[in-house]
Amino acid sequence: MDNVTMKVWRGDANGGQFENYTISANEGEVVLDVIHRVQATQAPDLACRWNCKAGKCGSCSAEINGKPALMCMTRMDQLPEGEPVTVTPLRAFPIIRDLVSDVSFNYEMARRVPAFLPPPRPEGGYRMMQMDVERSQEFRQCIECFMCQDVCHVIRDHEENKPKYAGPRFFIRYAELEMHPLDMNDRREYVRHEAGLGMCNITKCCTEVCPEHIKITDNAIIPLKERVVDADFDPVAWLGRKILKRTKRTVVEAAVQPE
Amino acid sequence: MSTREHHDYDVIVIGAGGAGLRAAIEAKHRGLKVALVCKSLLGKAHTVMAEGGMAAAMGNVHAEDNWKVHFRDTMRGGKMLNNWRMAELHAKESPDRVHELEEWGALFDRTKDGKILQRDFGGHRYARLAHVGDRSGLELIRTLQQKAVSLDIDVYMEAKVIRLLTDDSGAVTGMVAYWRPTGEFVTFGAKAVVMATGGIGKSWKFTSNSWEGTGDGHALALWAGAELIDMECVQFHPTGMVWPVSVRGILVTEGVRGDGGVLRNSEGERFMFNYVADMFRAETAESPEEGDLWYDDHAAGRRPPELLPRDEVARSINTEVKAGRGSPHGGVYLDIASRRSAEFIRRRLPSMYHQFMELAGVDITREAMEVGPTCHYVMGGVKVDPDTAATSVPGLFAAGEVAGGMHGSNRLGGNSLSDLIVFGRRAGMGAADYIEGGASFKPLEETQVTKYIDEALAPFSRESSENAYDIQHDLQEMMQANVGIIRTESELVEALSKLEEFKERAAKVGVTGGRAYNPGWNLATDLPSLLTVSTCVAMGALARKESRGGQTREDFPKADPELGKVNFTASMPANADFTDAISLAPVAIPEMPAELQALMEG
Repeated sequence: MDNVTMKVWRGDANGGQFENYTISANEGEVVLDVIHRVQATQAPDLACRWNCKAGKCGSCSAEINGKPALMCMTRMDQLPEGEPVTVTPLRAFPIIRDLVSDVSFNYEMARRVPAFLPPPRPEGGYRMMQMDVERSQEFRQCIECFMCQDVCHVIRDHEENKPKYAGPRFFIRYAELEMHPLDMNDRREYVRHEAGLGMCNITKCCTEVCPEHIKITDNAIIPLKERVVDADFDPVAWLGRKILKRTKRTVVEAAVQPE
Repeated sequence: MSTREHHDYDVIVIGAGGAGLRAAIEAKHRGLKVALVCKSLLGKAHTVMAEGGMAAAMGNVHAEDNWKVHFRDTMRGGKMLNNWRMAELHAKESPDRVHELEEWGALFDRTKDGKILQRDFGGHRYARLAHVGDRSGLELIRTLQQKAVSLDIDVYMEAKVIRLLTDDSGAVTGMVAYWRPTGEFVTFGAKAVVMATGGIGKSWKFTSNSWEGTGDGHALALWAGAELIDMECVQFHPTGMVWPVSVRGILVTEGVRGDGGVLRNSEGERFMFNYVADMFRAETAESPEEGDLWYDDHAAGRRPPELLPRDEVARSINTEVKAGRGSPHGGVYLDIASRRSAEFIRRRLPSMYHQFMELAGVDITREAMEVGPTCHYVMGGVKVDPDTAATSVPGLFAAGEVAGGMHGSNRLGGNSLSDLIVFGRRAGMGAADYIEGGASFKPLEETQVTKYIDEALAPFSRESSENAYDIQHDLQEMMQANVGIIRTESELVEALSKLEEFKERAAKVGVTGGRAYNPGWNLATDLPSLLTVSTCVAMGALARKESRGGQTREDFPKADPELGKVNFTASMPANADFTDAISLAPVAIPEMPAELQALMEG
């Protein structure tokens, strides 16, 4: 059992500083294990979020040695040996306390997403082919750790962008709905004008930090940008959209009208 | 004194996992003012960790499947201790609930003809689990979360409910909670409350449960005058990770076995063939060769014994390890690498692949996993009316893991997610019917409110060496040793006396720091519920002098037919404190009607 130094940011909205904790670490442990040991033995009020401790819930996101990561999936033996491990909260959001930041921005963006709209369910359930559901399934792997939001410099470096920029987590949500075999809602205008898709300049920082390895930029944002642009400028697509919209509306009307 | 924050709702649902979200959606559909109150952020509840899928007899893979077979499997899996009506409703309604999830945006894996694909799991005669790879719980919670958000249901996150409030008649009137981010208190008034708080696994050292599984709902209901049944029935999932130590207990989905994985001991033997109980002999393969035929064609052979119900498999692993045939880190081997292609494993079990690769440095497409039993689920829980989810406290409903009865003494894998959506909906309906029947807001009893807030704040003013982390650590060590997978009278008696010591220590616990996001204080406020539910488990385990499902007694190794007819029922006087005595009594289980009894034969 070796000792490590954990350099942990402590403080709240009014400011704070790093505190050093020298503590034991065992073979195979992750950063969250060591943070928990600091809580249990040295700093019982050290605030951190966590739930599943298995990389499935996305609660324990933090910045480890300056890089966004899940504390429960970052093994101590992957970090440089003999150097202090720096742990800070996600920087793009307001601080609540210590390692806990206020991620309510993301829940607000979730509320703004125009809802899923399927056709009425036929007797025996919907039929969809595996290859048709796979594209959206990739995006539904998202565990909402919000690290893509944290690292996106449109938000990280420009607080003023937040009200009009949904961020990568929600671009994959829009892409998921756009590619969903059953969805009939058209959100392309909304994504362009209200969710700020155009502000993303495809630096792929989001893709790099995704713990689920979702190809956020290539598989969601770029196709979404193409569809949105097509919708606005391509006369054939414009015509198609008109027809499609009418088709959609007809299906929706059928869905809400009684027999 | 500043004015305390207060909100009124028709229905308040405590807990935002699958059951809570489904209950809130149902009540909202009825036009009621509904709120969810949860300890964590929305979407992080324990449902998110469910891997394998949700059981529903849709018959998409095996057309022979139907609710009657599912009902029979569930009752046999629970060793007949189940509430038959709950098992019946569950088997009949789960297909509709799964289809409904698709209508709300869920995307399950598909069969070749485009229907929902179903996978094999332990104790289910046919492939029955609707799933998405091995992240089915995430799909369920995200779908319900997005539906709830689209309905504009209010969600109060990171709020810990410390007590329910009741009026003179014993009916629920609301609750006291605090915001974890600020430590400020808040009260809620409600005409009806749905308890959907999940489980109790944090009382054990090796558990698949997150920090939230502290039995809050079980304890809140019991203190308010509701009854808990069969709390001794705790499921130890056969396959948790065992190494490295820091990940010990993390779940390894039963889907590994459903998709072809087998269990071996240190001698390379598929030992499960040595542990087939008489009850399951007729439908279990006699040899590995026969079992292998079954994967491709269920008519060609019988199911391999790795897919027996979880209690059977967990006990067998325990016995192998005790007999010295375990793996280096005290588990056994779960091998899918030698049986399926790497491509198949990565497609069907992506998060298992990821989890072992990242946390243990094990490539499950090339080598076997080391696994062992981990505390996973409590079958026991709040006694409810099967159709309405009503408890004995007027206005209080319960659904999901916190409710008892559905799973008897042992739950089949896959029956939990379906339980959430079937009984979550029924709890929402029950609460709405109760309100439409004339329930109204009643004033909160201010003396109760003040008492509970003072109790919660008391640790700040104590000069005490008792620390909440130490008490929880000692509790977990003790429960693991004395009230674990195999139990015996002397150890249970000792457990009960230790629990009383822990309660005394908890009553003296001190905390440092402020109230804002203080995990030490938060844990101090979780201790009363942890200790209450642990006591109920130990009392039930001592009283049930038999082995049945999730209750295994070394000194009573057989099932006792007479004890199979009763629920051990725990109760406390209304508005009890956690240090008060708990009563336990056997109560007869409702008798199954003849037409359902007939399904059990053959």
